[in-house]
Amino acid sequence: MIGDQRQALWNDAASDGHEPLLSEKDSTTVSTADSALPEGLTRDSVELPALSEPELARHYTRLSQMNYSIDTGPYPLGSCTMKYNPTFVEDIASRPAAATHPDQPEETVQGTLQVYHELQDYLGRIGGMDAVSLQPPAGAAGEFTGILVTRAYHEHNGEGDVRNEVVVPASAHGTNFASAALAGYDVVELPPAEDGRVDIEALQSAVGSETAALMLTNPNTLGLFERRIEEIADIVHDAGGLLYYDGANLNALLGRARPGDMGFDVMHYNVHKTFATPHGGGGPGAGPVGVTDELAPFLPAPRVRKMSDRATTNGAGDKIEYELFDPERSIGKVHGAMGNWLVLLKTHAYISRLGDEGLHDASAKAVLNANYLGAQIDLDIPFGPFHHEFVASAGDRDAADFAKAMLDHGVHPPTTKWPEIVSEALMTEPTEAESKRTLDQLATAFDAVQNADDETIDNAPTTTSARRIDQTEAARHPRLSWHALDD
Amino acid sequence: MSGQHSDRVVTEPFDDQLGTPFAPHSDETVATMLAAIGVDDIEDLFDIPSSVQFDGEFGIPSSSEQAVSRKLGDVLQTNDSAVSFLGRGHYQHAVPSLVDHLSLRSEFLTSYTQYQPEVSQGFLQALFEYQSLLVELTGLAVANCSMYDAATALGEAATLSQRARSIDGSRVLVPSYVRSEYRSILDNYVSGTDLTVDIIQTTEGMVDPDALSAQMDDDVAMVYVENPTVEGVIEEHLSTVGSLTDEHGALFCLGSDTVALSLLERPADVGADVVVGDASVLGLPASHGMGLGLFACREEFLRQVPGRLVGASTDEAGARTYTLTLQTREQHIRRERATSNICTNQAWIALRSAIHAGMLGPQGLLSLAEQCHRRAESLATEIDEFDGISAPARDCHHFREFVATVDSDAGDVATALQERGYIVHALDEDRLQICVTDANDHAVNGFLDAVSEVVV
Repeated sequence: MIGDQRQALWNDAASDGHEPLLSEKDSTTVSTADSALPEGLTRDSVELPALSEPELARHYTRLSQMNYSIDTGPYPLGSCTMKYNPTFVEDIASRPAAATHPDQPEETVQGTLQVYHELQDYLGRIGGMDAVSLQPPAGAAGEFTGILVTRAYHEHNGEGDVRNEVVVPASAHGTNFASAALAGYDVVELPPAEDGRVDIEALQSAVGSETAALMLTNPNTLGLFERRIEEIADIVHDAGGLLYYDGANLNALLGRARPGDMGFDVMHYNVHKTFATPHGGGGPGAGPVGVTDELAPFLPAPRVRKMSDRATTNGAGDKIEYELFDPERSIGKVHGAMGNWLVLLKTHAYISRLGDEGLHDASAKAVLNANYLGAQIDLDIPFGPFHHEFVASAGDRDAADFAKAMLDHGVHPPTTKWPEIVSEALMTEPTEAESKRTLDQLATAFDAVQNADDETIDNAPTTTSARRIDQTEAARHPRLSWHALDD
Repeated sequence: MSGQHSDRVVTEPFDDQLGTPFAPHSDETVATMLAAIGVDDIEDLFDIPSSVQFDGEFGIPSSSEQAVSRKLGDVLQTNDSAVSFLGRGHYQHAVPSLVDHLSLRSEFLTSYTQYQPEVSQGFLQALFEYQSLLVELTGLAVANCSMYDAATALGEAATLSQRARSIDGSRVLVPSYVRSEYRSILDNYVSGTDLTVDIIQTTEGMVDPDALSAQMDDDVAMVYVENPTVEGVIEEHLSTVGSLTDEHGALFCLGSDTVALSLLERPADVGADVVVGDASVLGLPASHGMGLGLFACREEFLRQVPGRLVGASTDEAGARTYTLTLQTREQHIRRERATSNICTNQAWIALRSAIHAGMLGPQGLLSLAEQCHRRAESLATEIDEFDGISAPARDCHHFREFVATVDSDAGDVATALQERGYIVHALDEDRLQICVTDANDHAVNGFLDAVSEVVV
């Protein structure tokens, strides 16, 4: 960091930590003896902190000050697309009229269903897909859904037992492997070609009568566009498999290319990446799935449609314009209700705000910013031309150490050590939201760390709320609640 | 109505100088940046073959913030403002204002997963405290920092039974009352395993110990039971389920929620191995079924737990700190051998839930839970006074909700109530289900009047 600026650190005399745990501030045991329920149906007591509202307000405010965020500074995590989250969408999501119950009759939630319907439509147009389900509650859930749809399609064609493999490039997101395995598939790993893209010959030998699908992200995790995507699609389709698009990197293509036009049959969208819904420190997100007409009958139930013969009315005289329906051969449910509704509502608001012009500009500036930052740093970037992200090599430095040292320059570091095709990888995605001034600040941080002496790197970080944390201790002696702390 | 607005296209072009509102470069800045890169035009940076370029339009107009807010506000206003007496797994309690104000602090809201713990101590500590809350409520040693919702947490529990070395069987037993959504998700989650799902018959909405005993054998991998059940029944045979699962080497998975757990039997005391359910009963207003999957288990399953875990550690200065731990279970490291594919979860709702629980404190939590019991029983008693309806339909203790039987068609009764501004579940031709909490208690008198009018 510049000067002696530091991240907040709250010292409390009563604690060896930074801000005491709630349990260190108070612990009160309350008995259930006064319950109207018979003794045999209740627990004995519950022991939890009893604190006043002002105490809690201060506790969480202090915790917030010990937390880096996109509103604190740049967050260039590759493939995570941490872009600015407009606040007006929060106001819309907090409207009382959005607080509906999933079992309400259709006629009482026409507004909610209209938002669902319009968003299904918007996402379909953006991805070039014929039908969209908004149910998957996160990107990985979208992958699982897409793979279940794929499996249902093959089963419908009598090939469910034969097609038991999903092909995944070595550089793909870990969730691709895990989602395919969760659906019971054997995962076939595809090594990359020398240029960092799909190795066409390796693909040809990897696919065959056992292939259910190839999962691909485009641009890939190196930021490279798979130029031979149509050939790839032909190879997979000729083998009888389906082509799955991982939407993690869709931000690079908004308004310029669509998975549906490239030959993809099924895709998921990561709304917190592409459409700026806040990540909330780990979720909630949403992972809508788009498919071609051929796969639409297999999507999760229910979906929302607009009544074709204009609005009808029910017995109570309510207008029904939007209705739920179960796709004909649906895979069933992937979420207990209709997904992360409030996140989807924010997605709708963001897309409505930007429209065609804004979405097209987002991909332009995302790619401009990545290329500008790449041009400003001295580290080697072995693969290109890249789009929204690039993977630099920390060279002789350990990428994880490099990242820790960047923290001392007031910025969040890139994703580290992945993809493995670049040694000591620093996978960097600044997004369209950063100004040139911030990109210059990031470049300064990269260069400063590259040129720092070993001692500085080893000691880093020093300006953060916590110094370097012992990961081995955490894993060897798991202490996962305040009950497990020795006192 | 929204129709008149939604048909009108509001296009408000962005300022040419400043581009889109969230991608801020002037034309001069763009030119400077392009010069630094060494290209003439942004389009030159794209390496997309012309055959797959998209030259069309989405047909989505750009709009001002005010126009979008107005339009979506109008659309949402078409939702009926009737008072909900709905429950069945999706519950609403009054959420204090402070929960919004603290959780919406952008340091929390706009942060990512805590991959760099040294700058993420605040969120990590909050999640550690959330895990501690669940450990206290369940009596189980391990709780993760969230699944998507109760139903997917149940699916994850079933796959855990497959991975746990101490568990052999291949059958998962679930009670006949489970929501069809849970069953469908369970079927999807076990579809990649050798597990099959069977139904446990219940008596009076509860586990029938004899029937369960007859169904148990060493091929049972997991038994799922709810307390309270989706029908609001407080289960009275949990210890029996615990003994039977123990005897047959099966996993006992209990479904509950954080309010009910504050009062009802402690899962660890009845032999539960895993607790799943919805923790968004605290911290989240009704959100069309968006939830917070609760997941806690015994320590012996630690290495098989799905999802993220926050643990305590120390930093170089010797201070206690927090970090994501045991990540070798997770997809980004273990890939196809991960314990789950989950990555993004519901962390921000876990934060909200922890704040809400903190504001209630142990006494407030217990009082809220006690009220869930007393309000349901008292409303059932009052409803039972009317002719044409009897409640509760089951002879047992209730939590938040109960089933009522009606003499006339239950669907017609529900529709008539809806016309009077109240929404209840119609389960079939004869039965309604009614849920009462601190969120709709204010409307109970009007609701009773409406019920008395429509059941006769």
